[in-house]
Amino acid sequence: MRILIVGGGTGGTVLANNLARRLAVEIRSHKVRLTMLTASDKHLYQPGLLYVAFGQMTPDQLYRDQAGLLESSVEFHVDPVVKFQLDQKQVVTKSGKTYEYDILIIATGSRIVPDEVPGLKEGSENFYTVEGAVRLRKRLMEFEGGTIAMVVSLPHKCPVAPVEAMFMLHDFFKARGIRDKVRLRYHYPVNKVHATANVAVWAKPEFDKAGIEYETLFNLKEVDPEKQIVYSEEGTECKYDLLIAIPPHRGMEEIENNKMGQAGWIPTHRHKLTMDGYDNVYVIGDATNIPVSKTGSAAHFEAEVVAENIESQIKTGSTVREYDGKVYCFIEGGFDRATYNAFDYVNLPVLKPPSKSIHWFKMAYNRMYWTTVRGLL
Amino acid sequence: MSEVKVVDARNTFCPGPLMELISNMKMASVGDTIELLSTDEGSGADVPEWVNKVGHEIISNEKIEGVWHIKVRKAK
Ligand SMILES: Cc1cc2nc3c(=O)[nH]c(=O)nc-3n(C[C@H](O)[C@H](O)[C@H](O)COP(=O)(O)OP(=O)(O)OC[C@H]3O[C@@H](n4cnc5c(N)ncnc54)[C@H](O)[C@@H]3O)c2cc1C
Repeated sequence: MRILIVGGGTGGTVLANNLARRLAVEIRSHKVRLTMLTASDKHLYQPGLLYVAFGQMTPDQLYRDQAGLLESSVEFHVDPVVKFQLDQKQVVTKSGKTYEYDILIIATGSRIVPDEVPGLKEGSENFYTVEGAVRLRKRLMEFEGGTIAMVVSLPHKCPVAPVEAMFMLHDFFKARGIRDKVRLRYHYPVNKVHATANVAVWAKPEFDKAGIEYETLFNLKEVDPEKQIVYSEEGTECKYDLLIAIPPHRGMEEIENNKMGQAGWIPTHRHKLTMDGYDNVYVIGDATNIPVSKTGSAAHFEAEVVAENIESQIKTGSTVREYDGKVYCFIEGGFDRATYNAFDYVNLPVLKPPSKSIHWFKMAYNRMYWTTVRGLL
Repeated sequence: MSEVKVVDARNTFCPGPLMELISNMKMASVGDTIELLSTDEGSGADVPEWVNKVGHEIISNEKIEGVWHIKVRKAK
């Protein structure tokens, strides 16, 4: 039995380690072979990018060697897949090698595509890449007053990130003693301040309290970097001194090139996590098209479901669990308080008021992440 | 007549049915029709509000056995 995992980010790594433990005996006796193909020898802890932008973490703290995060029984190659030949149960890599499999798991994540919005790349900053976060950090330190506008494009990783960033901007300029010189404007595509109902209910009065202005039904159309104006599809505009964007996202290019899903999102069964049309292909994390937030937390829970099902399939011939849409997200409410959102496909509880202890738990999680992807926690 | 693409956003909270519709509208071509299925109570009003503000077209909007079926044509 050959199990092939493509992608060594959050989902792929949790899955590989979980399977390596569940199938330790089978791997040792060569009944099962567990292989991971990925695109980088480094693993990036992406949630840390928000903290880099605000000067609370440095980029080097966000990286570990991927090989060191994996159980030794996982065969690991940095050799990205370029061709998915699903009908022949094989993939072809950049180096030209062909890997055959019995079970394939795709966990290739998503990427930002600022080019999709005219003027966005030239006219805005973001915290969705390491370079972006470092540049934004400098711009924020140099900012002496004026309008900071946040615009959001869909879909994007970590749905609460724009809300968190606004609260952190508020505290950042308060700490620098120039909050009264900074106008904070938040723009959001739907008719509430957040698409998730409980987050919207909580965030709106908090925005009011912090003096954060908001405009809803603002779908990003284009940016004029010269005039420093951002325009919406709805016909409104905002003049800015610093524009922070959550850029549009897509699945990976290789997924699009292989025509496996529109905009690179792979059609996936929302409970079984199998790719439509292929019972032996699972998809987890950002790469799916399932209606759940693109978060490391979802990728992690999905990986656990898939690991349990693959083990069960091998040992008993049938699967045992379905993914229920579970997600757990911390939400920073500034520099010293946070709340969290825990929900699934059918339950959405009211958010608790932010507290210092949840904030410190998130700060601790920023370091504990490395233990969770190893599967030790 | 072109096919209607169904976006099944029943039982989803995050990022939510309207977000699913907006993402799918972005990928669609002018003239395409998308049918959104949603169990979110607010959808019956929220979706038309967005559609009208952006300038697309609502073809039908009805609730059948607790599920909103909202058909939208991409106009621009
Ligand atoms: C600023 C920011 C803040 C965030 N905050 C949070 C948060 O607070 N909580 C939370 O839960 N999530 C958060 N996220 C989201 C989270 O980081 C992602 O949702 C998560 O990493 C997705 O996991 P994944 O396994 O699907 O993809 P990734 O972790 O992105 O991994 C994809 C992997 O695939 C590999 N790959 C790509 N192409 C190929 C190929 N062709 N062949 C082989 N391998 C390939 C890559 O090298 C990478 O290893 C945040 C993200 C950002 C950017």
